[in-house]
Amino acid sequence: MLSIRNLTKRFGGLAAVNDVSVEFGANQINAIIGPNGAGKTTFFNLVAGAMPPTEGVIEYKGQDLAGKSPDSIARLGVARTFQTTMLFEESTVLDNLIVGHRLRTESRLWDVLINSKRLKADEKRCREKAAETLEFVGLSHIGHRYIADTSQEERKRIAFALALATDPELVLLDEPAGGVNPEETDGLVDLIHKMVDHGITVCLIEHKMDMIMRIADKIIVLDHGEKISEGTPEQVKNDPVVIEAYLGKEDAEA
Amino acid sequence: MNRAIDFLLGSTMRWLLLALAVIFPLVTDNEYHIYVMALAFIWAIAVYGMNIITGYCGQLNLAHGGFFAIGAYVVAILTVDHGWPFWPAFLAAGLFGAVFGFVVGIVSLRLKEHYFAIFTLCVGYIIYLMIDKWEALTHGSLGIINIAPPEGFGLVDFTQTIPFYYLVLAFLALAIWLTRRISESLLGRTFRAIRISDDLAQSLGINLMRNKVLAFVISTVYAAAAGGLYAGVVRFIGPEEANFIHTFDMIAYLLVGGIGTLMGPLLGTLVITWLTQAVQSLEEYRMIVFGPMLVLLVIFFPRGIVGTFLGWRGRRMARQAPRKTRESRVEQSDPHGADSKEARNNA
Repeated sequence: MLSIRNLTKRFGGLAAVNDVSVEFGANQINAIIGPNGAGKTTFFNLVAGAMPPTEGVIEYKGQDLAGKSPDSIARLGVARTFQTTMLFEESTVLDNLIVGHRLRTESRLWDVLINSKRLKADEKRCREKAAETLEFVGLSHIGHRYIADTSQEERKRIAFALALATDPELVLLDEPAGGVNPEETDGLVDLIHKMVDHGITVCLIEHKMDMIMRIADKIIVLDHGEKISEGTPEQVKNDPVVIEAYLGKEDAEA
Repeated sequence: MNRAIDFLLGSTMRWLLLALAVIFPLVTDNEYHIYVMALAFIWAIAVYGMNIITGYCGQLNLAHGGFFAIGAYVVAILTVDHGWPFWPAFLAAGLFGAVFGFVVGIVSLRLKEHYFAIFTLCVGYIIYLMIDKWEALTHGSLGIINIAPPEGFGLVDFTQTIPFYYLVLAFLALAIWLTRRISESLLGRTFRAIRISDDLAQSLGINLMRNKVLAFVISTVYAAAAGGLYAGVVRFIGPEEANFIHTFDMIAYLLVGGIGTLMGPLLGTLVITWLTQAVQSLEEYRMIVFGPMLVLLVIFFPRGIVGTFLGWRGRRMARQAPRKTRESRVEQSDPHGADSKEARNNA
């Protein structure tokens, strides 16, 4: 699905991501973990095209994404969420989601001016898509609510729905359970499983270890921009290098 | 209560406003007031343009007054120096506004946020300097006099105040209608997504540059058209039309009325224009009235008059929503479909 080879991003002398190679299989939950500042978000930004890599290849379904713009990557079927959910506070939940399917429509200024059939069809499709994704994330009952009145967990779900409205095959989730309590985290885990059941490949960054260990099919561990370990949760959990990275050397020996 | 607010923000209100505007010249016998109103409408058209790039798309364009002046100068130069009639010159002003807007847009929109604002401030100043110094083309600081007024038809003579008032009103109605079309369509949603965040919009597959340039060009066409009308009514223009003061005036109109709202630009322009008229006698000291008023407004109504209204209603709707939802579940129907559609139309 996603095959990354020798991915490197340097900011001046600092290599935020250094020579990382990894394969993410289709229809799986892949997790990227690592201490703060390990380069996880930079890694995501590179895959999503928010910044071009200094070196390396990001092969997605046979195409190299390196250097492509974020919007063209989104059109290829890669969606993402951000650490902080950004939504339009002054409108309703459903209203926020409609623009999510915009990239699959063709209407231009001219269609808007003459209110063309194509525009009407496009808007109908976007509206249906918004309702469908809202249903998918289990928030149909708050579709009319203002964003300003939604909880953090609901916002996370709305952000998922917005990403899903783009019809993605690969979804990158940046701290999907950040700032959410344990019960709500369980609900989000179920939702992530549901996404995978519907044929979507998930790639996520998370700090909640118990959650990661429960849901990930594969984990890669970054530290100082380098991949220090990869494998199943069981393999990673018992890797002395990983324990050292998180807890320090002396603790690992103790 | 809700019904009253819905009415104030609804389409009935817009028709009522239009009706009021239509009968305004008939109920006042003060021609000066009609003239002031017509000028306010012209500025409002330009503010509608600013609302598209700054209000909906979130890019603070400080060259807007410059584009207004460009529209005015295209009409002035073509009618006075080249003998064109007004209407072709007016069309040329709009076209030139679009072309020049496109060129400035593709360069300046590479910058984000403050950098974009600062860059466009400079563009606005360069426009002013060009108009002031390029005497062979613009007559420099002398300005241009005897600009052709819009040609009338039949008995309609646009050199008279009342027919011109209706002409401007027609253009204003067109500008509002067009804004509404854009803001409610997928295109408007695209612009608003960019306003939330460039990163978010891009992650949704929105081509930033293309959409920002489009919003910018639409806004400069509004500004140039307003400038063209201005030249046609005032019939004398000078480099001062490009003074950046006008841009900041327009920002004030936008802030007072409600940035990113449909009726905000009109309301803000009218409120400030008539307040200015009311305190005219204070001359230089009128800023003593205006300064504190703007400060209070920004503190207590940061989203402007219309924006505050919409927010107020939003909160009311939200408070009532849980109860309504329970009802709708019992009824197995969705009354909010209609509700939320109305809400969108009004916003």
